[in-house]
Amino acid sequence: MAAEREPPPLGDGKPTDFEELEDGEDLFTSTVSTLESSPSSPEPASLPAEDISANSNGPKPTEVVLDDDREDLFAEATEEVSLDSPEREPILSSEPSPAVTPVTPTTLIAPRIESKSMSAPVIFDRSREEIEEEANGDIFDIEIGVSDPEKVGDGMNAYMAYRVTTKTSLSMFSKSEFSVKRRFSDFLGLHSKLASKYLHVGYIVPPAPEKSIVGMTKVKVGKEDSSSTEFVEKRRAALERYLQRTVKHPTLLQDPDLRQFLESSELPRAVNTQALSGAGILRMVNKAADAVNKMTIKMNESDAWFEEKQQQFENLDQQLRKLHASVEALVCHRKELSANTAAFAKSAAMLGNSEDHTALSRALSQLAEVEEKIDQLHQEQAFADFYMFSELLSDYIRLIAAVKGVFDHRMKCWQKWEDAQITLLKKREAEAKIMVANKPDKIQQAKNEIREEIEEWEAKVQQGEREFEQISKTIRKEVGRFEKERVKDFKTVIIKYLESLVQTQQQLIKYWEAFLPEAKAIA
Amino acid sequence: MEVHPEAGKEGKPSCALVELQGDSSLQVEISDAVSERDKVKFTVQTKSCLPHFAQTEFSVVRQHEEFIWLHDAYVENEEYAGLIIPPAPPRPDFEASREKLQKLGEGDSSVTREEFAKMKQELEAEYLAIFKKTVAMHEVFLQRLAAHPTLRRDHNFFVFLEYGQDLSVRGKNRKELLGGFLRNIVKSADEALITGVSGLKEVDDFFEHERTFLLEYHTRIRDACLRADRVMRSHKCLADDYIPISAALSSLGSQEVNQLRTSFLKLAELFERLRKLEGRVASDEDLKLSDMLRYYMRDSQAAKDLLYRRLRALADYENANKALDKARTRNREVRPAESHQQLCCQRFERLSDSAKQELMDFKSRRVSSFRKNLIELAELELKHAKLKGPPGAPSAKAV
Repeated sequence: MAAEREPPPLGDGKPTDFEELEDGEDLFTSTVSTLESSPSSPEPASLPAEDISANSNGPKPTEVVLDDDREDLFAEATEEVSLDSPEREPILSSEPSPAVTPVTPTTLIAPRIESKSMSAPVIFDRSREEIEEEANGDIFDIEIGVSDPEKVGDGMNAYMAYRVTTKTSLSMFSKSEFSVKRRFSDFLGLHSKLASKYLHVGYIVPPAPEKSIVGMTKVKVGKEDSSSTEFVEKRRAALERYLQRTVKHPTLLQDPDLRQFLESSELPRAVNTQALSGAGILRMVNKAADAVNKMTIKMNESDAWFEEKQQQFENLDQQLRKLHASVEALVCHRKELSANTAAFAKSAAMLGNSEDHTALSRALSQLAEVEEKIDQLHQEQAFADFYMFSELLSDYIRLIAAVKGVFDHRMKCWQKWEDAQITLLKKREAEAKIMVANKPDKIQQAKNEIREEIEEWEAKVQQGEREFEQISKTIRKEVGRFEKERVKDFKTVIIKYLESLVQTQQQLIKYWEAFLPEAKAIA
Repeated sequence: MEVHPEAGKEGKPSCALVELQGDSSLQVEISDAVSERDKVKFTVQTKSCLPHFAQTEFSVVRQHEEFIWLHDAYVENEEYAGLIIPPAPPRPDFEASREKLQKLGEGDSSVTREEFAKMKQELEAEYLAIFKKTVAMHEVFLQRLAAHPTLRRDHNFFVFLEYGQDLSVRGKNRKELLGGFLRNIVKSADEALITGVSGLKEVDDFFEHERTFLLEYHTRIRDACLRADRVMRSHKCLADDYIPISAALSSLGSQEVNQLRTSFLKLAELFERLRKLEGRVASDEDLKLSDMLRYYMRDSQAAKDLLYRRLRALADYENANKALDKARTRNREVRPAESHQQLCCQRFERLSDSAKQELMDFKSRRVSSFRKNLIELAELELKHAKLKGPPGAPSAKAV
């Protein structure tokens, strides 16, 4: 039942929640609890669960998190949009409950459905603007999963097909649950269509995952080793996140191309996405031209907001890149640690075998077992490091590139308007000249022509101004939305990541505690 | 660079390596050490009520080469052929650490001042750790000698402890090093010959078992030691990785004006603590595991050497027997052959007896040392893991 939700407490108390930790104190969980004590409203379904002793929630909830499919990360993130209503704090609550309560994610989706179906039918007849406004208070009930990568075909023509499953109660879709098979180039095709329609009017279209010739070649050739399975898994997760982000965008969700992508069983093959195709080369040329243009456009920025934001994004970009590089190093080294631990475990076992003192021999074998388990832990942690932390950073680095692109489009729009104004001015000057000239026979015809041109250019100027204002307005809204999403995304991931670290530590404690009596038993 | 270990001896690592039943009649310790440009000077302090010494308390300054001289003196002494000679301490090696400090000094402009300070701190701690370890190794060498009923009475040992001046022992020059290297080769070849080609039969089951055991054990412990080292280095690597991550998160946090600020700053702080903890885990694994494995790798080598000497004595005895038989059949020079055979027999028996005792001591020393170190390792690991998140504390929940 939808309990009374109190408005989240406003920000002041937060910094003081940050207690000084002493040595013996629980570093992690106090960290997590501080983060989550910031504005949040308790989940109705979870209220009873939270009365259960918090201690018993220790190991269990994290099990829930880690056992589930990676996609739940974003399922929950999608759900959070429901809490985002205009009268609430725009910076909204985190999703504390999946982490804390034993309640599984499915219960998060279930209670919502009845409230959402009320608003869904209304979407039909609205204009685009109204829909967008509604979006801020609307609840999105659509969950996308990308799964079951399957190799189709053989040799160099082989490709991976992914199953795209949609679960939704939005009535624009014909069914509430359906799935289709798509290949990577289909995703790229979708992105390219959306980008061509929406980018230049200021919508931040989430970028698709990057191509990788090396990775795909290995898969095509059929190398069934761990690096190619890793590659496929990385790609699958990236495609899922891409779709999740795209459907979260209220305007893009309405797009027929997106719907076709999700629903129709057959999709025309998107050949223009190949790197070496004609379209690919054209893209590269355009990109280069754009880069040059950007340098030459000198825009009179009348609105400081845009300049500020651009600078902000530039800073954020640099810092995320730096952090990303460091995290990649961390992932690499943790994997090394795992491999070295496994090697040590083996040699400890061998040593235990050689040892002729029975109790010591047993203790050494136990040590070997502990080290093996620790190796597993390291592997899992490296997995978490990568999929939670590193991939989030790289996603946002590319998203920010998209944001920068949108700002650039605005500049181009301005340039167009400016050019139109200049041309209009020239035409008016020409008209004035004609007026004073003394060639009566040519005058009437020339006057008409120039009149026509002036009208044409006046219209263009007006259109240019309208477009410019429109794109500026759209960008403001988009950036606002983007920032909200960013905060939510990062916060969710940080909490999850922290929990993975807690989980690892707790496991370590268990293993060493089991080993200690063995060591003491050496007579 | 002058580095002094604390004279107060907190947590003597030497005790962890070898449990010594010493008595108080001869106590040796390294009370101070100074690291200069390319050598380390150890101050060896002795407390003894033995009549041999002029004073009851005295100290001298010794360098690494003098320890090696002492070790070699023991090895070359026939009297101690039946004993396990405590392994010589390894040469102090600060090369790697110095290089790293130098590289850091040369500077990397992309590193912030905070990061630089942290990295410098890490490297200095590493340098200090290496220094402490080398002191411990030298100390345990002397302490084992002092604890051994036979070895402690050696004249060279007394000189080493008491003679106030420089022993003028220069480091081995290239010829001597090469000579030592060749001697080792000859030794292994000899051993192979004795046991293999000539088919020398081991007369005693105990020694047969010990030999097989030691050969395998030595190889495996060497492996384990190398791999433990790698694990330790990986932990250190990880700890170093946390530095730039923590810094980047801090700067991200300070730029945010919304909720994310707290998240980033918290995560940054967490990584900082993780860094320190990883560092501690690395150094604990180093001391409790790697060092112990390394020490017993050397000690088992010393035991192997003892077995080799005994085997050599056995071979000599066999040869003497054969020579005696030959002399008897030819009825020429029987007496010298007889006495030679007698000597060989006595020597062999003497070696066998003491070797047996030594090997049993080796085993009990090993077992108790492993026990102590494994327990301490587990306890430390638990302590560190708990520092990061005790299970009983209030866990994450929404307010």
